[in-house]
Amino acid sequence: MLGYAVRRLAALAATLAVAALVIFLVMEILPGDPAEVMLGLNAQPDTLAALRAQMGLDRPAPERFLTWVAAFLSGDLGISYTYDVPVSDLIAERMVVTLPLALMAILISTAIALPCGVLAARYRGRFADSFIMGVAQLGVAVPNFWFAILLILLFAVTLGWTGAGGFPGFEDGILPALGALLLPSIALALPQAAILARVTRSAVVEVLGEDYIRTARAKGLSGGAVLWRHAVRNALAAPLTIMGLQFSFLLAGTVIIENVFYLPGLGRLIFQAIAQRDLIVVKDVVVLLVALVITVNFIVDLLYAWTDPRLRKAGSDV
Amino acid sequence: MKSKLVAAAFLAATFGIAGTAAAKDTLTLGIGLEPPHLDPTAGAAAAIDEVVYANVFEGLTRIGSDGAVLPALASSWTVSDDGLSYRFTLRDGVAFHDGTSFDSADVLFSLNRAMAEDSTNAQKGLFEPIATVAAPDAKTVVITLKRPTGHFLFNLGWGDAVMVAPESTENNKSAPVGTGPFSFKRWAKGAEISLSRNDAYWGEKAKLSSVSFKIMPDAAASAAALMSGDVDVFPNFGAPELLEQFRADPRFEVMVGTTEGETILSMNHANKALSDIRVRRAISHAIDRQAIIDGAMFGSGTPIGSHFAPHHPAYVDLTGMYPHDPAKAKALLAEAGYANGLKLRLTLPPPSYARRGGEVVAAQLAAVGIQTEIIPVEWAQWLERVFKTTDYDLTIVSHTEPFDIGIYARDKYYFNYTSDRFNKVYADLTEAVEPEKRNALIGEAQKILAEDAVNGFLFELAQNGVWRKGIKGLWANRPVQANDVTGAYWE
Repeated sequence: MLGYAVRRLAALAATLAVAALVIFLVMEILPGDPAEVMLGLNAQPDTLAALRAQMGLDRPAPERFLTWVAAFLSGDLGISYTYDVPVSDLIAERMVVTLPLALMAILISTAIALPCGVLAARYRGRFADSFIMGVAQLGVAVPNFWFAILLILLFAVTLGWTGAGGFPGFEDGILPALGALLLPSIALALPQAAILARVTRSAVVEVLGEDYIRTARAKGLSGGAVLWRHAVRNALAAPLTIMGLQFSFLLAGTVIIENVFYLPGLGRLIFQAIAQRDLIVVKDVVVLLVALVITVNFIVDLLYAWTDPRLRKAGSDV
Repeated sequence: MKSKLVAAAFLAATFGIAGTAAAKDTLTLGIGLEPPHLDPTAGAAAAIDEVVYANVFEGLTRIGSDGAVLPALASSWTVSDDGLSYRFTLRDGVAFHDGTSFDSADVLFSLNRAMAEDSTNAQKGLFEPIATVAAPDAKTVVITLKRPTGHFLFNLGWGDAVMVAPESTENNKSAPVGTGPFSFKRWAKGAEISLSRNDAYWGEKAKLSSVSFKIMPDAAASAAALMSGDVDVFPNFGAPELLEQFRADPRFEVMVGTTEGETILSMNHANKALSDIRVRRAISHAIDRQAIIDGAMFGSGTPIGSHFAPHHPAYVDLTGMYPHDPAKAKALLAEAGYANGLKLRLTLPPPSYARRGGEVVAAQLAAVGIQTEIIPVEWAQWLERVFKTTDYDLTIVSHTEPFDIGIYARDKYYFNYTSDRFNKVYADLTEAVEPEKRNALIGEAQKILAEDAVNGFLFELAQNGVWRKGIKGLWANRPVQANDVTGAYWE
């Protein structure tokens, strides 16, 4: 098991190193100069040169790459070109929004999707199934930003129950902060729940057709016990995979929802940083995201092992 | 039970805000773009000045709502007869927000910093005419110029020329310290910038106790924020197609004002076809300005015939020089040898005036036989490809700096246009001081640009403000890129 963990860590480090190099190269190829973006149309050549020197952009690429990697490894993420504050502060500020948002969205999505998927599988072909799958079909088809605007129009503009967006921060208490994230997380969660419910349903339907389910029934277990103890647990691998992917997406892919609710999340930080050629922010955030996604995948792997004792055994053999 | 309490608290909070609107002394403005940082002396982004100009930072002079030069930190000045020496008298009792006092040493520091070799001032050219700066005493500053410069006092009113203190300049990007009626309070990056009243201000104190700028890049979100009361004012609302809705709503006023944004179809004179004045004139005849304004800007914008703002006293209306005339355009193209058509690239940056305007322009050009290949680019690419390496044929962009006709006298500007005649007029203009002579020269300069059909002059960008009823004292027009809230109050 120790060897397994060490090998996993080595693979993680190698993936990160490759990702760092690829990101650096892509940023090099990308047309556009951060100094020009900062100084605009009237800037004079000597001013541009002074700013480039101040940002360290006048040094050769290999040197910049090594400086960046070395600083990154020592925990120094550098200073943002545009904001002129440490990148680690920027990321920390954004994580305060993005992490609770992603967690709330995945919680809502799971809380809706798992019971609905199982229910639809249990009553396959009956009204409950057609109804749930019909709604899910709609959920997959509806774009989340459009749904978000509908939510704002109803709850903020018409009913006036909440603000139209924004994030007050956790300084004024946890409840207002989480309250501000409620509508966005619902908007993010529903399309995800629709997909997750469909996947859960087909996985459970498949398992319900297995021989061991018939055996469990034959030995006289109640319908509920067969469903929850034997079928659902064995069917969890597919929904878990989807949840892993969805969580990774929620960490950085929510820029459109962030714009609709004007939330200062990680997605918008990257989006802005690319537009302004704040290359150091882009590089740092992308590498961190790669690390996060690898970690999430690792956790999903561990959860597989929990749902499937065969994997657990194979794991400990290694 | 608990959730009911929370819901009740929500309701109370919402109605509470709505109920106290009459006695309100706070203001929330929506802005589309977040400033990269808050130091106006180290960046070109309009979003910086939109937050801090006049509110947090002040210069020796300032620009008023009508574009006139007003005294600011200099209470008065005298100019020598030869126009070379400016003697400024500074105000008494001025202090920076951190408590340090403001005197002539700070002026010396600010100007020398902007002119220094390692200066990162985006408008370093403004300070180029300065030969020396001297401070005979704590309340007097004498600036000597290399040559007479007609708009020198105006230039000192730019955001890039504001006064900063040696003690605080290091941190101005994230925590700006100025002398203005508002001091910086907090910047929740990506979300909101808040300012609070400076009770030690040297002049008339602000009526509002705090002002916050909310960053809202999405037009639908901005509209919802206005309607739900999260935002009071959008000084420059990004979606002209939604203005009708606000005009019809009794809670709001739509204020259409002027800006300094000449929106032009820039042409690259290094392109063989575009170096031919007949082709450029053909393009000018092919353009239907009103159709572009209606199609791309939903009717807001003023047609222009040269590179100059219509609200300026020295403006000359040259929109009649090339009336919309496709037949004439075709004839001019045939005369230039392009009877069988011409193919040009049209590179478009992200703003909607360019993207939407570009579609209309492309259709109008196609009608006279010019095929365009539309290339959408993001800003950084536009700066690199169009502005720096001039690898383009046509582009649409708004030049938002005030009084920027001088770009046509620059060597190697991205139009690749050179005219000795224009350069001569502009050189005379920079040295002219008497208003009549200046206005005559400005008119002459506008005419040369129109006659040469240097670019396709489309329209002056409008500022479409949406204001909650009851707010007074804001600027409807935009003579400089600023949201001056120093005189704002609720009625």
